[in-house]
Amino acid sequence: MEKNLNLSLKVWRQKNAKDKGQFETYKVNDISTDMSFLEMFDVLNERLIVDGKEPIAFDHDCREGICGMCSMFINGRPHGPKQGVTTCQLHMRSFNDGDTIVVEPWRASPFPVIKDLVVDRSAFDRIISAGGFISINTGNAQDANSLPIPKDDADESFAAASCIGCGACVAACKNASAMLFVSAKVSQLALLPQGQPERKQRVMEMVAQMDSEGFGSCTNTGACSAECPKEISLTHIARMNRDYISAELSSTK
Amino acid sequence: MTSKLDSKIPEGNLEQKWTKYRSTVPLVNPANKRSLEVLIIGSGLAGASAAASLAELGYKVKVFCFQDSARRAHSIAAQGGINAAKNYQNDGDSTYRLFYDTIKGGDYRAREANVYRLAEVSANIIDQCVASGVPFAREYGGLLSNRSFGGTQVQRTFYAAGQTGQQLLLGAYSGLQRQVGMGNVKMYARHEMLEVVTIDGVCRGIIARDLTTGNLERHFGHAVLLCTGGYGNVFYLSTNAMGSNVTAAWKAHKKGAMMANPCFTQIHPTCIPVSGDHQSKLTLMSESLRNDGRIWVPAKKEDAVALRENRIKPNDIKEEDRDYYLERRYPAFGNLVPRDVASRAAKERCDAGFGVNKTGEAVFLDFAFNTIRYGNMEATKKGMHNPTQDQIVEMGRAVVKEKYGNLFDMYQQITGVNPYEQPMMIYPAVHYTMGGLWVDYNLMTNIPGLYALGEANFSEHGANRLGASALMQGLADGYFVIPYTIGAYLNKEIMTKAIPTDHEAFVAAENKVKGTIDQLMGIKGTKSVDYFHKRLGLIMWNKCGMARSSEELTKAISDIQTLRKEFWSDVRVPGDANEMNSELEKAVRVADFLELGELMCKDALTRNESCGGHFREEYQTEEGEAMRDDENYKYVAAWEYFEGNTWELHKEDLVYENIKIAQRSYK
Ligand SMILES: Cc1cc2nc3c(=O)[nH]c(=O)nc-3n(C[C@H](O)[C@H](O)[C@H](O)COP(=O)(O)OP(=O)(O)OC[C@H]3O[C@@H](n4cnc5c(N)ncnc54)[C@H](O)[C@@H]3O)c2cc1C
Ligand code: SF4
Ligand code: FES
Repeated sequence: MEKNLNLSLKVWRQKNAKDKGQFETYKVNDISTDMSFLEMFDVLNERLIVDGKEPIAFDHDCREGICGMCSMFINGRPHGPKQGVTTCQLHMRSFNDGDTIVVEPWRASPFPVIKDLVVDRSAFDRIISAGGFISINTGNAQDANSLPIPKDDADESFAAASCIGCGACVAACKNASAMLFVSAKVSQLALLPQGQPERKQRVMEMVAQMDSEGFGSCTNTGACSAECPKEISLTHIARMNRDYISAELSSTK
Repeated sequence: MTSKLDSKIPEGNLEQKWTKYRSTVPLVNPANKRSLEVLIIGSGLAGASAAASLAELGYKVKVFCFQDSARRAHSIAAQGGINAAKNYQNDGDSTYRLFYDTIKGGDYRAREANVYRLAEVSANIIDQCVASGVPFAREYGGLLSNRSFGGTQVQRTFYAAGQTGQQLLLGAYSGLQRQVGMGNVKMYARHEMLEVVTIDGVCRGIIARDLTTGNLERHFGHAVLLCTGGYGNVFYLSTNAMGSNVTAAWKAHKKGAMMANPCFTQIHPTCIPVSGDHQSKLTLMSESLRNDGRIWVPAKKEDAVALRENRIKPNDIKEEDRDYYLERRYPAFGNLVPRDVASRAAKERCDAGFGVNKTGEAVFLDFAFNTIRYGNMEATKKGMHNPTQDQIVEMGRAVVKEKYGNLFDMYQQITGVNPYEQPMMIYPAVHYTMGGLWVDYNLMTNIPGLYALGEANFSEHGANRLGASALMQGLADGYFVIPYTIGAYLNKEIMTKAIPTDHEAFVAAENKVKGTIDQLMGIKGTKSVDYFHKRLGLIMWNKCGMARSSEELTKAISDIQTLRKEFWSDVRVPGDANEMNSELEKAVRVADFLELGELMCKDALTRNESCGGHFREEYQTEEGEAMRDDENYKYVAAWEYFEGNTWELHKEDLVYENIKIAQRSYK
């Protein structure tokens, strides 16, 4: 049943990339447990605006847990306390009256802060540009059913492809590693027959781009998968590692 | 037909128009393509597929989107599926049948030639997507799986769980990023287009604002493609993403591009009902759920009241006391009637007092029946002879979970109710806009060089879009139509050198944008942008929503005009224009919505008939079915803008040579 909460919010405020930034505390009252976490921010921002203050900048768009744009680090966890849920799908019924909630941006040097809770994740796009695709031009395709794919492979590929590119895995990792994100794409394509011709080259180039963006190395802590809102599995990292080693061994370049 | 509207539909038989046109449209040779620049605004299915395809052909492409990455365009949120006339199920599907269903579903307000072309290329889309690694759902034999959607009697919908849009967009995005990596496309994320630049009536570029720095930028292009999505957010609450807006299309409109059928709005029957004033958006529960869910309300009013007061639970209501009103009213299509019909039927029951939640605006979507059916099928498959009821339910739920797991999770996340145990509560919500920029057969607006693709144009869905057809249209436009049709224009542009952006037209356009921004920043009023947006949304929903009348529409127009004045004197946009400023972004968009809303009401007021999503209370049968008027309204209403929010109506007559127009019936 719906209830109302009074809460304290400690939010990271940072004017721009150069600013040092600091926490500010805000009280918010009468927050319905039916509200989403971002709707609670809407309420706070509305008040800040009417009071002549600057609202808190945060990224969001679909508010359905699919676009990957929302990105708040809540009480020390990317996307907050619930398993398998993005910030926008987190609802206030997960909190209690009187709680203090700490909200920060993703903290990782390859994701510099732009303003308040907004960070720059363009490194992910550059990794995809390096090899996260099948090189096929429009119009080249054969009939879709001429290529049967075992259902289990298709399902596993789909599970990998459900990554929303939010970056929570990086934010969760003490090394700021992007292995879960990269391996999800590598795995999606490695599981499909269409992905085979470029399989080795793909993994080499994506990993090289990932390294050059400054993401840290993977030490198998597993925090990424535990915090991933789409519950992307660590098995993809294992698959990518195998592919990478075999690609390196057979590399003629 | 007025001379300003030339639809440029090729001569010849319907079946041959596109094939013939495609093989005769002038080509641009590869060397010339390298010096032709194309600006693409939007990176959804339409924009991303167009960008990848045009870059592959050799054009120099720039892509703009307001999100932080092209992958986040709103197409990502599409759930249920994409149609294609593959006839893989051997159930009688064909290009003609998809064409026919789409024209009929659109209530005979779309162009035959465009829709036929769409149906023709639909099969290629699936091939293209599979080849680029889209993991569609498959059967155990390894072949692609299909489901049914509303308004059809065949299974032609391809899907990837409840995340079809995500998978399709990521496929198109990977093609786009590949071209970015090769240097053929330059990507401008976190950029918003705020003006079209025209020189001598021809489109020559855009003004965009860098949303990170606030800088205004000038970009030249030999052609500009608006792939900027729909404007459902004029209603404030809709299933669209928070940033979805009309600004790009509206700026084009004010530069002379006509808006066609702006009042044709799709209200989707299955969305999670509004829960309170804090509501920022509404969430769709995919139409695919209607495959397996049955829609009902209590047959007795006292049961509805008891539900609202929480005295009984839905499962307490006996089978014979339930009213499966779609199955009752439309036995042939049942729960799979088109969206407009299903939405109005829900409203009718709720208005009559049978709504089932505390606001009285909700009906049930119940999976119990099919859970048992699936459970029994599984038991048979596994050779279990005497399964217990619990085992049947458990196995049935597993099947339902595989099909719709993410939607059920989302429902539970939002409402706190477990839909495996209790029926979902749903209510109609604004979802899609069939109206949009008027375009000819080439997808060009009436401004030479300016195109509109995807949801941003008006073209294929008439007065009502069938489910799973928007994704199809977006990808058809981008992958298979524009790469050919753009040649018809660009082959004449090969001698045009890139125009330097210090040209006076660019300077003037930038100054205009700067003027608007300064004005908004300078008001320093007392109310937030959202305050005005919410009020506009209410006016639109109540007066230009599921049911419209001349009286209410007239009132809405004056209400909107008053609200617009208030906005321009009392809105408060905090912060600075020269930095990231989400309130300023919203203010610019809402300013445009406040003009669009008026035009939508005007269009609805002028169309004295009920068709598709446009239902005028004055024009209905005694049983409450829509009454179309083909004699007087079988046209596309294209509106031309004049300074000071006045408009002139141009009519493009719709000619049906291959389909016999009939009253739409799903009984
Ligand atoms: C919740 C939901 C579910 C849906 N499910 C289905 C389904 O199952 N099947 C189906 O067929 N259809 C479905 N639809 C409809 C379908 O998703 C959309 O119609 C379609 O994806 C629109 O694609 P688009 O490329 O035209 O635009 P969008 O994907 O909306 O992309 C618009 C692009 O334009 C950019 N943009 C907009 N304005 C500007 C500007 N001023 N400057 C710069 N960039 C700008 C945005 O950044 C974005 O990149 C659904 C819609 C919703 C809302
Ligand atoms: S792997 Fe998970 S956490 Fe990382 S980007 Fe993808 S969805 Fe987000
Ligand atoms: S806003 Fe799209 S995933 Fe959260």
